[in-house]
Amino acid sequence: MYGRKGFKLISELDLYSDILPFNVGCMIEALIKEVLQEMQSLYDANVANSNAIRNDNNMALLPSVQLRHIALKRNKRCILAYIYNRMRKLKELRWELGSILPPEINTNLINAEVQWFQSYNKSLAKYMRSLGEDHGFNLTTNMVPPKTLYVEVKCVEDFGKLELDDGQVILLKKNTYHLLPRSVCEPLIRQGILEHKKYVSMEFPSYEQETQTIQLRSIKSDD
Amino acid sequence: MENNGDVQMTAENDDQEEEEVTAQSVLLAIEEAWLNEKFAPEILPHRSDLVDCMLQQITHMEENMKRLDKEDLRLMIHRMELDRIKYVITNYLRARLEKIEKYTIHILSQEATRSSEECYLTVAELQFAKEFLTNIEMLFKTIALQHMPGNFQTFEVDTLTVKPNLQTYVFLRANDRINGIIIPGSMDEEIDLEPGSQHIIQYSAVADLVKSGAVKLI
Repeated sequence: MYGRKGFKLISELDLYSDILPFNVGCMIEALIKEVLQEMQSLYDANVANSNAIRNDNNMALLPSVQLRHIALKRNKRCILAYIYNRMRKLKELRWELGSILPPEINTNLINAEVQWFQSYNKSLAKYMRSLGEDHGFNLTTNMVPPKTLYVEVKCVEDFGKLELDDGQVILLKKNTYHLLPRSVCEPLIRQGILEHKKYVSMEFPSYEQETQTIQLRSIKSDD
Repeated sequence: MENNGDVQMTAENDDQEEEEVTAQSVLLAIEEAWLNEKFAPEILPHRSDLVDCMLQQITHMEENMKRLDKEDLRLMIHRMELDRIKYVITNYLRARLEKIEKYTIHILSQEATRSSEECYLTVAELQFAKEFLTNIEMLFKTIALQHMPGNFQTFEVDTLTVKPNLQTYVFLRANDRINGIIIPGSMDEEIDLEPGSQHIIQYSAVADLVKSGAVKLI
């Protein structure tokens, strides 16, 4: 059936939220190639048929030409949608992780996408430099509304030295806890180097249990 | 910010009006512009005058804060306030960029019909939009379009255009008194807005009022 492979491409987008490998020899690459092949064969058939319509005035062929044309358009749309959505994910990564992609994502991209990413970086950097007066204004910080000035963070990876705005240098070692200015931590938290320590009340249930036992004891003592 | 509110300053772009603006009023104006941009489905005329003014103010305040003692409590409060202002500005500009990226073709074609005084995008935004479009076209062409048969290779601007949904409903508060807004979809039903009153209404009916500042989105 025409267009089924194109549809499969779209469902891949839905199935996986990560960016899948797109290199030569991968499933997606093969799938796109098949869709393109299908388009080519449909197109060839259409050219042959429309010639027949024109020359022999064979109107019986018209519906099949139309059907193929719709299938062709649909395939084109599917492929472009697939590329566009990959691009959107890449764009999100730019805002999340910064201008350098981690190698595990980079290997999943094809040349054209790497190129797109670089040009996007360039235009974004150019735009951000144009803001403000001298050194531009970074839009990738302050992603969430600020609630506190300092946040308690846990370092999950060895990072090394980090210089704060006031010139103070601290050493970020694995499994250490720090109280740092939020603006400094934000990119590091997104990159997964620091972990925002959440106040999940681990103690709370045990505290409740304790009060319960105390109550029990007091009831017993009453007896 | 409040402490620095008495710092009088003249907005650069309002030379002809010679109007004295306080940092406080600029902040309020930019907050309104930010909320409008956040809730409006389409891109609104840029307010780079406000952004530039506020960014200038931020640099100014950062300079002032360097003079304060590190242990000073005021330093903490100022820094918190600065972070908030920065969030508003970045979020405002990010919202605009997101719209530009989403509706690139539509915005560019609309922008082409406007003269340089009434254009909605700043020069830098316009350039960003154009580059974004060329980059997409480049990406589509190299991966797929060039491998397609015959006339399917074209980058069809019409079918790829995404338009904002102007029929969406928005919450708004009226700043001024407005008479006779015609409700879309009805025959000739009109409503009047009292200053300070709040309404839910289709965006297309009030788009011009949002742009002129007669109402604000909330």
